[in-house]
Amino acid sequence: MLLVLFGVSLVTFAIVPLLPGSPARVTLGVQATPESVAALEERMGLDRPLAVQYVDWIGGIVTRGDFGTSLISGAPIGREVLRRLPATFSLALVALAFGLLIALPAGFVSALRPGSGRDLSVSVLSQLGVSVPDFWMGILLILLFSETLGWLPSSGYEPLSSGFWPWFSHILLPAATVGIISGSIMTRFVRSALMEVLGQDYVRTAHAKGVPRTKVLRKHVTRNAAISIVTIVGLQMATLLSAVVVVEIIFAWPGLGQLALTATLQRDYPALQAAVLLSAVIFTVVNLATDLSYTFLDPRVTYS
Amino acid sequence: MSQAAARGPGFWRKALRHGLVIAGGSIVLLLGLAALLGNVIAPYDPNAMDFTARFSPPTLAHIFGTDEFGRDLFSRILDGASVRVKVAFIAVGISAVAGVTLGLVAGYSGGWVDEVVMRVMDVFFALPAVLLAIVVMAILGRGIENAMIAIAIVYAPIFARVTRGAVIAVRDREFVNAARALGQGRLRIMFAHVLPNALGPIIVQTSLSLAFAILAEAALSFFGLGTQPPDPSWGRMLSEGRAYLSQAPWMGIFPGLAIMVSVLGFNLLGDGLRDVLDPRYRGRS
Repeated sequence: MLLVLFGVSLVTFAIVPLLPGSPARVTLGVQATPESVAALEERMGLDRPLAVQYVDWIGGIVTRGDFGTSLISGAPIGREVLRRLPATFSLALVALAFGLLIALPAGFVSALRPGSGRDLSVSVLSQLGVSVPDFWMGILLILLFSETLGWLPSSGYEPLSSGFWPWFSHILLPAATVGIISGSIMTRFVRSALMEVLGQDYVRTAHAKGVPRTKVLRKHVTRNAAISIVTIVGLQMATLLSAVVVVEIIFAWPGLGQLALTATLQRDYPALQAAVLLSAVIFTVVNLATDLSYTFLDPRVTYS
Repeated sequence: MSQAAARGPGFWRKALRHGLVIAGGSIVLLLGLAALLGNVIAPYDPNAMDFTARFSPPTLAHIFGTDEFGRDLFSRILDGASVRVKVAFIAVGISAVAGVTLGLVAGYSGGWVDEVVMRVMDVFFALPAVLLAIVVMAILGRGIENAMIAIAIVYAPIFARVTRGAVIAVRDREFVNAARALGQGRLRIMFAHVLPNALGPIIVQTSLSLAFAILAEAALSFFGLGTQPPDPSWGRMLSEGRAYLSQAPWMGIFPGLAIMVSVLGFNLLGDGLRDVLDPRYRGRS
């Protein structure tokens, strides 16, 4: 995992040297003289060897949380990122909850009666959900709930501290957009995880010895399917974070994804680096947490 | 053997009877037709402006309605199909060649080569796909060629992973050992014996990746990073339509529908092919 994080930091760092035109030129604009660009590069430390620049950059992040300063506003990026983290986190979490709210019941319904009409409609809907572009889903929800019905705001973010309803009414549409899509993907995995367990001998045995159906489902099936389901949820975080990036942009949600896109469009590279690095770190940590959760769910798994 | 079935006559018979393959294949075929003949069947010139028919709702004359310049949306969507298909196939082509080669070398060689290649792939997996694509676009600059490269880079690691898994499953089989015993060269064994028998999962992944590629190109164009005007990109049509949602909702509906149906086609085809090529998956996804 540390190796992956190291690799990610190298890739992220490499963005700036790989770019056409140095950050100094971006800061000064196209009319700057070569001398003033060179002078600013020296002041920004861009004339030093890449290895030294890398150590300096990553050292600043790890020891002081210093991501550098924005080329556009001149403000420290660390603070900007910190301000945006809660917005991205809350959106990802509510979206995940939304997705599970779809995937668990739908997966159960179709796995218990494979081949039935209900199973078929669930798989048709989930195929559609997987194929919908996330930004289009956002547009459709805005069209219906904001433009036509006028029930919910179409953009913006309110922190939880300003009250539950302001927060919830703003988060509902973006979270639903991401949730419907990741829920569709998860439904298919929940279904196959359950089918797998339902076919096991111990489930048949439990049925045969007269254990009530709900108890079999609760104690034997759900518990044993939980591992695969947790894995799916962990793996879903990649798709989820990707969709969150897109949805943040559509709903003017002040999170990391929006930061990444505006940074790209304005050529504010330190900000882009910060957004990319943090997203990758979050994803890697979620993966680790997924692995560790197995020890709780399955006593047979131990990590030494 | 499932992989070998990819080449036998039994494959086509089974595939052509499979519901998902038929449904997905038909959509893909329609998309292909739209891409080839879009300009011929389009009722209007896709770029012709008609200020007397601005924001026309869907009518018999304009079945998908018109945009803020009075351009016919149906013609524009048809006209956009060829570039969408071209971008998807080129991007996935690059991605597959790079990913399959890496996966083949890693899976067949094993040892440190495998370790190094797959750890590098892990790094790319740790970045959310859209973010990675945005980063590549930031480095390369906007435009359609760069969008293809970005999409190729994002999805190559998946090809590498899929290929590696399939290669490991066949690399120690008898026919590979026999080729080795006959003294054939490494490259020849890898490409002539191992790869053809690992094709099943790669074919499936190709179809699913075409779906991703159409989505990704639409997303990049939606953000203004992909194709530039006057190409009627479905993603950009959506982002233009956003400004007129309350006035002309059809501008926000039909381009998205075109994207979804195309993606659905490749997804269904991919799932169906997986059923046909790998019986273990039947009825599970």
